[in-house]
Amino acid sequence: MAEHREYFYRRLHSLLGVVPIGLFLINHLVVNHFAVYGEESFNKAASFMHNLPFVLALEIFVIYLPILFHAILGVYIVFVAKNNVRRYGFFRNWLFYLQRITGIITLVFIAWHVFETRVQVALGASLDYSLMEGILTNPVMFWFYVIGVLSAVFHFSNGLWGFLVSWGFAQSPRSQKIVTYATLLVFLVVSYIGIRTLITFAYGV
Amino acid sequence: MAEQKTITFIITRQDSPDSAPYEETFNVPYRKNMNIISGLMEIRKNPVTAKGEKTTPVAWDMNCLEEVCGACSMVINGVPRQSCAALVDELEQPIRLEPMSTFPVVRDLVIDRERMFDALKQVKAWIPIDGTYDLGPGPRMPEKKRQWAYELSKCMTCGVCLEACPNVNDKSNFIGPAAISQARLFNSHPTGEMNASERLEGLMEEGGLVGCGNAQNCVQVCPKGIPLTTSIAAMNRAATVQSFKNFFGSDNAH
Repeated sequence: MAEHREYFYRRLHSLLGVVPIGLFLINHLVVNHFAVYGEESFNKAASFMHNLPFVLALEIFVIYLPILFHAILGVYIVFVAKNNVRRYGFFRNWLFYLQRITGIITLVFIAWHVFETRVQVALGASLDYSLMEGILTNPVMFWFYVIGVLSAVFHFSNGLWGFLVSWGFAQSPRSQKIVTYATLLVFLVVSYIGIRTLITFAYGV
Repeated sequence: MAEQKTITFIITRQDSPDSAPYEETFNVPYRKNMNIISGLMEIRKNPVTAKGEKTTPVAWDMNCLEEVCGACSMVINGVPRQSCAALVDELEQPIRLEPMSTFPVVRDLVIDRERMFDALKQVKAWIPIDGTYDLGPGPRMPEKKRQWAYELSKCMTCGVCLEACPNVNDKSNFIGPAAISQARLFNSHPTGEMNASERLEGLMEEGGLVGCGNAQNCVQVCPKGIPLTTSIAAMNRAATVQSFKNFFGSDNAH
C-alpha cells in the first residue's frame, strides 16, 4: 500500500463518498423529513439522534473525519482538472464539470451549515424545530439551503456512478448507461426528500 | 471553373519550444480531394502569407499518410484528429490548424509525444518472450476474445485522447487513456497474461488509473473507435482485485 499511495488515497476518497458520507447524507435527510409530519415528531427524532450512545465518537468517525478527508483531497482533484466543456460538450464531460462545481458548493454549504447548527448547539443553542425554522424563514437562507442540498445530492448521486465505474463494477457501456439512469433516479428521490423538508421549515406547509 | 479557387489556412505557429506562439494566414490554390497535408505541402512550396510577406515554411509531423501511425495529429477547426485523414472538402473555411495543447511544441505543428511512450513503459505494454532457448508456441487465444482485443490493438499512440481529456494537463501526472487500454490489450493476451500483475502495478503507480475522472471524452474522440472507457473500467476492476490479492495474499497474484 505504501508504494501506491496516490492509488490508495484516491480509492479511499471514492469509497468514503459513498460509505459513510453518502449513507449519512440519506440518513440525515430522511430523519429531517420528520419535520413534514409536524414540529413534535421532528423534535423527537432530532433528540433521538442527538442522544445516541457515543454520539461524539460516531460524529467524529462517521461524519467529520471522512468528510474532511474527502473535502481536502477533493479540492486538490478540482484543482488538477482543466475543464473543457466548451470544446468537448459531451454529456459525461458536463457531469464531470458539474461534479467539481457541486463539490465546491457543497463544501462551502456544509461549512456554513455546520457552523450554524452543530456548532451553535454545542455552544448552548437548543436543537429543535425552531432553530431550523429561524434559519429558513429568511428567503436568502432558504434558497442557499436549496442550492446546497441540491448540490450535495447531485454530488452524491453522480459520485455513486463514479464509484461504481472506478471500482470496476460497471464495465460495459450498457451497464454504465443503466447506472446513469439509476443514479438519476437516486438524485430525484433524495432531492425530493430534502427539499420537501426545507419547504416545511420555511413556509410551514 | 475559370477562376482559381483558393482555401485559407489560419495556422498557430511557434518558432522554438520556448518562444511565444503566433498566428499566420495562408491562401493556397484549391485542388480536388485535398487533405490538410497537401495544403501544408503547398505552403511549403511557396511560404508566403496572405498579406504577401515571405515567411518560413510551416513545420508538421507525418509518416504513414493513411491514419495508422498517429504522427500527424493536430487540432483542426477545434477538433484533434489526423491531418492526413482530414479532407479539405469536408471542412469549414477558414481552416484553423493548431498544435495539440497537451504536448510540448517542438516547432509549429510538431509536438513531442514522449510522455505517451513513457506511459507505455510504466505499464509494461509489451510481452516479454526473450530467452536463451525456443519456448515453443504460446497458448491459444479464444476467438471471441481475439475479436475485441484486436480493436484495442488499433491504438496508434496519436495523442487525441490525451488532448481531449480534462485530467491530462501540466498540473496532473495522469498518463491518459491510451496506455491504460494497452495494458488491457497485453493482459488479455494468453502469453502476456503471465505478467498481468506487473502491468497492473504500473497502473497503480503515480499518475496511473486513479487519475481518470470519467469525463469520457476519450472514447468520443478516438479516431480508431477504441472502447477506451470500457478498457479503463476493466482495468479499474482488475486493479481492485489485484490490490485485494496484494493485501490479503493470494497464490494467483502473479
